[in-house]
Amino acid sequence: MSNVSTADARPLVKVEGLKQYFPITRGVIFSRVVGAVKAVDGISFEISRGETLGLVGESGCGKSTTGRSILQLYRPTAGSVQFDGTELTALDRDDLGAIRPRIQMVFQDSYSSLNPRHSVGKIVAEPMVIDGGYARGEMNERVAELLELVGLNPKHRSRFPHEFSGGQRQRIGIARALALNPDFIVCDEPISALDVSIQAQVVNLLQRLQNELGLTYLFIAHDLSMVRHISTRVAVMYLGRVMELADNADLFNEPLHPYTQSLISAVPLPDPKAERERRPILLKGDLPSPSNPPRGCVFHTRCPLAQAVCSEEVPAYREVRPRHWAACHFVE
Amino acid sequence: MSILEVSDLAVEFNTIEGVVHAVNGVSFSLDSRETLGIVGESGSGKSVSMMSLLRLIPEPPGRIRSGAAWFESSKGRVDLLSLSKTKRAAVRGRDIGFVFQDPMSSLNPLMTVGEQIAESMRLHLDLGERAARKRTVELLDRVGIPAAAERYGNYPHQFSGGMRQRVMIAIAIACGPKLLIADEPTTALDVTVQAQILDLVKNLRDELGLAVIWISHDLGVVAGLADRVIVMYGGLVAECAPVDELYEQPRHPYTEGLLEALPRVDQDRGEELRSIEGTPPDLYLAPAACPFAPRCSYAFDRCRQAVPPRYVVNNGHDTACFYDLAERRPRSE
Repeated sequence: MSNVSTADARPLVKVEGLKQYFPITRGVIFSRVVGAVKAVDGISFEISRGETLGLVGESGCGKSTTGRSILQLYRPTAGSVQFDGTELTALDRDDLGAIRPRIQMVFQDSYSSLNPRHSVGKIVAEPMVIDGGYARGEMNERVAELLELVGLNPKHRSRFPHEFSGGQRQRIGIARALALNPDFIVCDEPISALDVSIQAQVVNLLQRLQNELGLTYLFIAHDLSMVRHISTRVAVMYLGRVMELADNADLFNEPLHPYTQSLISAVPLPDPKAERERRPILLKGDLPSPSNPPRGCVFHTRCPLAQAVCSEEVPAYREVRPRHWAACHFVE
Repeated sequence: MSILEVSDLAVEFNTIEGVVHAVNGVSFSLDSRETLGIVGESGSGKSVSMMSLLRLIPEPPGRIRSGAAWFESSKGRVDLLSLSKTKRAAVRGRDIGFVFQDPMSSLNPLMTVGEQIAESMRLHLDLGERAARKRTVELLDRVGIPAAAERYGNYPHQFSGGMRQRVMIAIAIACGPKLLIADEPTTALDVTVQAQILDLVKNLRDELGLAVIWISHDLGVVAGLADRVIVMYGGLVAECAPVDELYEQPRHPYTEGLLEALPRVDQDRGEELRSIEGTPPDLYLAPAACPFAPRCSYAFDRCRQAVPPRYVVNNGHDTACFYDLAERRPRSE
């Protein structure tokens, strides 16, 4: 198990120039590739041990694809993903299988990510069955321990997913992800489908587990308030690129990129007085298609600050201030 | 002046597993030009109660068990729940406009967007084809669809989610309604698109003098839009108050819990969110107690024995709770 310490400077996860393209094909028999959806188009970031990197953006920005590409659920088109010093993109199936126990995932939709025909006990034990080397008794004990850890009654292990509420099903998914003592968990919108009062339960659970087990999270979400609450650092994606990345407080208190600024200003506040003061920066139009992203800066078609240069040159993704990266021509 | 008065609305659904008690006696009134926010979690009955006002729930399995809904229509005061089918159709779409959460399933995929807007005006306002077309283009332009005249002949799938919701709004306001009922219209949209739609709705509301019922689970959206808010739980009204008062001095433990469970984008990372333990209520049971009692940290014996009535806190503010949150003690019987 990893220790949360700042002394260990080497990042647990290092992503460099990651690209994930999906081919667009025409024709059924003689199908040919006519283009590509550039879901993720050259992104780089690091995640340190014990921290939570929040990954936010609107639908279609490539945040979920990023999570899946890191786990090698999709084989990246280009770029590098290093986990604890190992280059995951270079590993074959068997070697990946050996490292998988350390990297796990929690999914958004607990209906489709839990087998409805398997009991909860079987679902939570499955990673151990696949990994092998566990005696039956040992596995039973571990399942009970895991269910307890995530706040479920171990006596309910023989029940089926449909007998649980949405929040409880998400706990089952978390218990399964923890079965093999992972270091790193990709949480892909784990609370988006839940009601407000239940969201808080699951977020508190994730934070408690992080503190107790020294976990590292990539927390993918579109809810900026929740990302602000849970993340140590935050990356903002738009059309397959990272627009800005900074420490939590810096990103929310001093967003540098015009997209981040408008995104934060667009979030309604649960406070009528603050709401009357809030002036959202309204963006023009809709999200362009990722199969045909705008030239130059991908955000220039909606950017309130756009100039001629923005439609011609891709802005460099650079460290504008210490630990604060942004990709915009006009950020000083 | 109130344009809608709903009293004791109860709706249930027959299912294989038993009767679902979706709405269990909901009463409220709405003034003209007022925006009423209705918040609650899934299964709280917020959508079902508003849909049943216009008999938009499938009957059967749905059944309106009781209630009345008096509405000031353009043809006088009517009870929406007991109107005949034809009279109801005359109110629906004309005096009351609807916007639903999912525009893709509420728009007809085989009809052009322009025809769908024009249809209701030809039906309700007796407009000829030409006049309806002209007015439709004006409406499309008003709701912010660029190149409106060219988009008239487009089909819903040719629009983005935000644009489709604009089309829905155009249909809803086409016949000059007095009341707009919006059921989670921005929930499926991204936050920047949501901001555009909220801006549009606020402008239209003020310009057309609409009364609005805005159903949402998002306490942020409602804070910025509503004059008054109803919080629903387990098919009942838990609390009803003017918007500022509800957020500043919630008097129902559920409202209080919800507000404390929310992180805020304008505040620094806190330590732990206050969560409401437990799970949503079982609607198969007929309400015989406070539906929130099993999750409530203030609950005492009376809460588990009777459904609390709505106690008036002050003018315009009431709470269905046996516990006095301000005094921190149970109310005297």
